[in-house]
Amino acid sequence: MKRQIFLTTLSVLSLTAFAQAPDRSKAPDPGPIDPLKLPAAESFTLSNGIKVHFVKKDQVPLVQINLIANGGSIFEADSELGLASLTADLMTEGAGKRTALELADEIDYLGIRLDSWSGQEQMGVNLFAPVSRLTAALDLMRDVVLYPAFSEDELNRARTSKLVALGQQHDEARVIASQAFNQQIFGKNHPLGRPSAGTEATLKSFTTGNLKAFHGKIFTTGNVTLIVAGALDPKDLKTRLEAAFGKLKPGRALATPKLEVPVFKPRKIILVDKPGAAQTELRIGHPGVNRMTPDYYTLTVVNTILGGSFTSRLNQNIREEHGYAYGANSRFGLMKNTGAFLAGSAVQTEVTDSAVFQFMKELTGIQVIREEDMTRARNYVALSFPSDFADVQSVADQIGNQVFYNLPGEYFNTYTGKILGVTRDQAIQAAKTYIRPENLTLVVVGDRAKIEAGLRGLNLGEIQILTVDDVLGPVPNL
Amino acid sequence: MKRLLIPLLLTAAFPAMAQDSRLALPFTRFTLDNGLTVIVHEDFSTPMVAVNVWYHVGSSYEKSGRTGFAHLFEHIMFEGSGNVKEGDFDNLLEGAGGSNNGSTSNDRTNYYETVPSNAVSLALFLESDRMGHLLKAMSPGKVDGQRDVVKNERRQSYENRPYGLAWQYLATEFYPKNHPYNWPVIGYMEDLTAASYDDVVEFFKKYYRPNNAALVISGAIKTEEARKLAENWFRDVPAGESVTRPDAPEFELNGVKTVTVEDNVQLPRLYMAFRSPRSYSPGDAEMDITAQILAGGKNSRLYKRLVYDLQIAQDVAAFQNSGALGSQLILISTARPGVGLDQIRTVIDEEIARLKATPPSQRELQRVVNQYEMNFLSQFQSIEAKADLMNNYFRFTGNPDWANEDLARYRAVDTGDISSVTATYLDLNKRLMLSFVPKGSTHLAVKPAEVKP
Repeated sequence: MKRQIFLTTLSVLSLTAFAQAPDRSKAPDPGPIDPLKLPAAESFTLSNGIKVHFVKKDQVPLVQINLIANGGSIFEADSELGLASLTADLMTEGAGKRTALELADEIDYLGIRLDSWSGQEQMGVNLFAPVSRLTAALDLMRDVVLYPAFSEDELNRARTSKLVALGQQHDEARVIASQAFNQQIFGKNHPLGRPSAGTEATLKSFTTGNLKAFHGKIFTTGNVTLIVAGALDPKDLKTRLEAAFGKLKPGRALATPKLEVPVFKPRKIILVDKPGAAQTELRIGHPGVNRMTPDYYTLTVVNTILGGSFTSRLNQNIREEHGYAYGANSRFGLMKNTGAFLAGSAVQTEVTDSAVFQFMKELTGIQVIREEDMTRARNYVALSFPSDFADVQSVADQIGNQVFYNLPGEYFNTYTGKILGVTRDQAIQAAKTYIRPENLTLVVVGDRAKIEAGLRGLNLGEIQILTVDDVLGPVPNL
Repeated sequence: MKRLLIPLLLTAAFPAMAQDSRLALPFTRFTLDNGLTVIVHEDFSTPMVAVNVWYHVGSSYEKSGRTGFAHLFEHIMFEGSGNVKEGDFDNLLEGAGGSNNGSTSNDRTNYYETVPSNAVSLALFLESDRMGHLLKAMSPGKVDGQRDVVKNERRQSYENRPYGLAWQYLATEFYPKNHPYNWPVIGYMEDLTAASYDDVVEFFKKYYRPNNAALVISGAIKTEEARKLAENWFRDVPAGESVTRPDAPEFELNGVKTVTVEDNVQLPRLYMAFRSPRSYSPGDAEMDITAQILAGGKNSRLYKRLVYDLQIAQDVAAFQNSGALGSQLILISTARPGVGLDQIRTVIDEEIARLKATPPSQRELQRVVNQYEMNFLSQFQSIEAKADLMNNYFRFTGNPDWANEDLARYRAVDTGDISSVTATYLDLNKRLMLSFVPKGSTHLAVKPAEVKP
């Protein structure tokens, strides 16, 4: 390693240079980019049928191993709300020969991260470890995936913790707003409108038998995929994975449940009263599309212009032009077979109606797109793409998405070109098709006494008033 | 590749995590005539480059009646400069595939961009233009605009967030009035209202000078190229007067201070703060480890007792809030419904007393050190994290590549050191106990309670 200090030579250089200021008359043009060269993923199958996808990434001696499964809250029956999340939590609360605290002690001692998790349509176990400690780390991961203990005591402790957390949601305007939005868009009984953290009744009903059965259904050879990124040799990796997961229960891939596709409804406002709130949480949107849409690239560009970047129209309007909020954004939430479009912000109470008015202006105005908007948005998305491959965790996440959503093998190498190829006409057409101002549901969580009159004055449609308990249910008894 | 063995306090059978020369941060440093320090680190893992500028000014440099100004000023830095019109700072960067942000702490303000390797010149043009020519484009209107944004940042991150104002009380109730950490970085609403255009001019001229800043360029760029670009863009930025860093009185907490705040929350939460050593000073690493032994991970003393065994708390955490002029060791625990905070406090007191009397086991200590090692290694994957780390090390130690020395501080700690710093710093008779309780539930607060509205 060299630590040179170039003071002497430099001062001469700088003195010469100082006489002449740099040309600041126009910003330097970056010119052609140096494209990302991503090593191709190697795919292979373990002897029991588990599929593995591996990308070599070796500048730091670390490895990320994600075991992903078809699972999560949309796989729950109505009587099972919260079961996926509770099952995932319990998988790291004792496994194999180790109690919850013994397992945690080993994980911390190795300095590794080993997390079990559950989302809406996926669940899994993630391992982040130094290569030098992979053998011990994989032993623990195997136990968590194959042999979770699901003990009565740990279930009771985790259950209470979940019930308490349900009560704490009443403090969080952000959580209330998101939950209310999902209920309005999908319906209270739809798998995406139900509370994925469970309810007082379902959480109290679960036995260790429920958890074992749910785990047994999800974690089978055909329903899981292993995604690996790191400083490893593929042959060595295969041997290690055979040893760790060779005994996983055989089974087939579970089909992702077909979800009812939500319909567009007339525009309305849902006002959730949160007395004394210092800000109003806004969630404005309607049903969207799924991840498989052929318009994926176009929608990515449209959303970047509308609310997906700092220079986006929503952020510029709400934050920079009017100072109503710290920021404003939008996104298309894309799942395997459905999705939602959503724009949001936390705005100052006193200007709630003005902020909603400006949101409506931008959500209508997005049907007009200029060529310069297109250039900036395309470049922003396409040229920053290499940052998504900076570390082993992000590489594994990227590959995991490609596998889970069945994206083509050339997906990563064509991504930049496809984004840069989106035309203005396509963007305008997509904006008209996928963002419909007359069908928006506006969820507004704030101090009703201060904001209701202003909202009524906007004449945007019917206003329905809800309490926090209407959205979340009462605070659970323990 | 050459492997160099770093001695580890580990058992022989336990494989070392980072025995690789890549833990180092090789760099080249030079100083421009105007006093700007430039540090370059090459990393060609992805075709991206991180640009990171630290100005050695933060909220502790603020004058009275202008709390929050350093952070408000950070916002104003993105609003255009002499040759960059309002909005173009972001327009140009996004148009090149770049992203950017900034942040303000007690001690420093940083600004950073991540750009494709072809756009480094653009990022340096933008950074140098606002360092050299900000005031040419400044106006009272810009100050007003960002004042509103920052007030909403305060509402969003503090006022409308459960327990959000705790951070303000941890500054005001802990540090003496004449200590520059006595107010929150975000500032008070009335001071944000009072901030003026003249304040911006004065602050810029005083602190935003190349001799009070350092630039790190880290990523897919050759050192010589980075040097040429840095010299080109920053050479016309005039130097300023040298900056006097704020001083802080040494202080002790005089006894036990209890403060109670009623908030819109379901559960009571206790914040306990002790004075601890300034960052990078003797005892600092020991206290970082002590915080983790007390409340880091499920097997930590407090997590195990409060959350697993007694199940009277929903969570517990501990960490040092460290600064150049003072640090706090903060313990935070949320009580289960119906549990008073005195019950939690009693357990905390017992565990602190136990740690004073008997050193932790070797395994407890090693568990924490191993996690520190992994966090180090993990950061080394990111050009952005490395750039900020190098600026941090440069500011506080003078050596941008201080990572091995930093890690060595943690590896050198032994179990006896933990008892010793616990005895020195975690004095149960010198601390702040801040109770956040649901409205109307002051009986759940730690007693004796001095009730605040």
